[in-house]
Amino acid sequence: MNIIYTFGYFIISFFALSIIGLFVSWIDRKITARIQWRVGPPWYQNFADIIKLSGKEILISEGSNKFIFVFAPILAVVSSSVCGTILFLVLKNSFGFGGDLILFVYLLTLPSLSIILGGSASGNVLASVGISRELKLLLSYELPFICGIIIPALKANSTTSLIEILKHQQMAGSNILSISGIIGFVIILISSTGKLGLVPFDLSEAETEIAGGALIEYSGILLGFYKLAKSILLFVVPAFVVILYFGGTQINNFGGFLFFVLKYLIVLILITLIRNTNPRLRIDQALKFFWGWLTLIGILGILITLMGF
Amino acid sequence: MDLKLKALKKSLWVYHVSSGSCNNCDIEILDLLTPRFDVERFGIILAGSPRHADVLLCTGIVNKKCVERVKEVYEQTPKPCVVVAVGACACSGGIFRDGYQMAGPLDKIIPVHVYIPGCPPKPEAIIAGIVKFLKELK
Repeated sequence: MNIIYTFGYFIISFFALSIIGLFVSWIDRKITARIQWRVGPPWYQNFADIIKLSGKEILISEGSNKFIFVFAPILAVVSSSVCGTILFLVLKNSFGFGGDLILFVYLLTLPSLSIILGGSASGNVLASVGISRELKLLLSYELPFICGIIIPALKANSTTSLIEILKHQQMAGSNILSISGIIGFVIILISSTGKLGLVPFDLSEAETEIAGGALIEYSGILLGFYKLAKSILLFVVPAFVVILYFGGTQINNFGGFLFFVLKYLIVLILITLIRNTNPRLRIDQALKFFWGWLTLIGILGILITLMGF
Repeated sequence: MDLKLKALKKSLWVYHVSSGSCNNCDIEILDLLTPRFDVERFGIILAGSPRHADVLLCTGIVNKKCVERVKEVYEQTPKPCVVVAVGACACSGGIFRDGYQMAGPLDKIIPVHVYIPGCPPKPEAIIAGIVKFLKELK
């Protein structure tokens, strides 16, 4: 009975996440258009894209591993919506266990891994260039991302539970209001841009040089699944940053819900601005940036946190 | 009218096929995709791979080397897709119709849905042609 309840909850939150995610990626596109002095697409644009892709033919190339080729996009959607389900439960303050922070970090790598799986199964040369870049990028942004997660965990008395971090911030004020909080927020903001695959770090699917990269052979609804997973991640990752650094969020009452939306929009707009004001980096530049400066600043931030600022 | 067709009309992803054109129509197509005309208003964006595309914007007489390539790109595009012949060369051969390399025009090789004449057609003309087609599409 319990399993059916959990599964039903997952299905409901999957549909909710899809609608929220597609709407949120419209906000991203609209802001991009306004920055470039354009009008931009109408609000239903991403819904139309997904519905159109579901009506298209699915082409599977001859040299591909057919099972993994079909399985990888489904894995991407499922893993990103499991992340979102956990986040919903945490925001409702009804679920949490010691270590769900670590589980969350593991689950967030699964969409990138599924892109790597799907790209390597397709057997395309340009896709292999794309997956090698995606793999290097995954290795490089994980290190500062984890630095950015350790800082709020240390602040909340070395806990690994998202609920504990939220409760700590309800009592002691948001994490962003301290020096180490600001450092950690900047780090996690930039590394989550890499995690979402947005422009300064979108080299794994650079449309202008490797024609879509890892996704080059995908068509029809399988491509739509990847687009959907990216849209869901565009909701999940900034919401995760909000929980870690802005805190004090309860979506049970109306005022708390409104504040959560406001905080989320601030993070989303910051990510969109980073995306629109920076050119694409080469893979060696991205690696140097993440493992060099950003990780050094992250370790500095952890030291400052341990000193208690 | 069913939902999928409605969605297709609202979100056309374009792939640009250049088969032996003099580069003039290609420049006009690139102009079309700039923020000046902002075709993303109608959901039109440039796709990097024919697998992602719904519209093939074909330019140029199809010369003998390009016949196989154009056929292959058409077969790689998931159906339903729209083929647009942009420019006088793709429509009829234009000033190159007696050339020794001429193997086209385009509608001899693959089925064409929209013809946009002009040497080269202005971006406004391309938009007008596609809008007329979308009104006819049922």
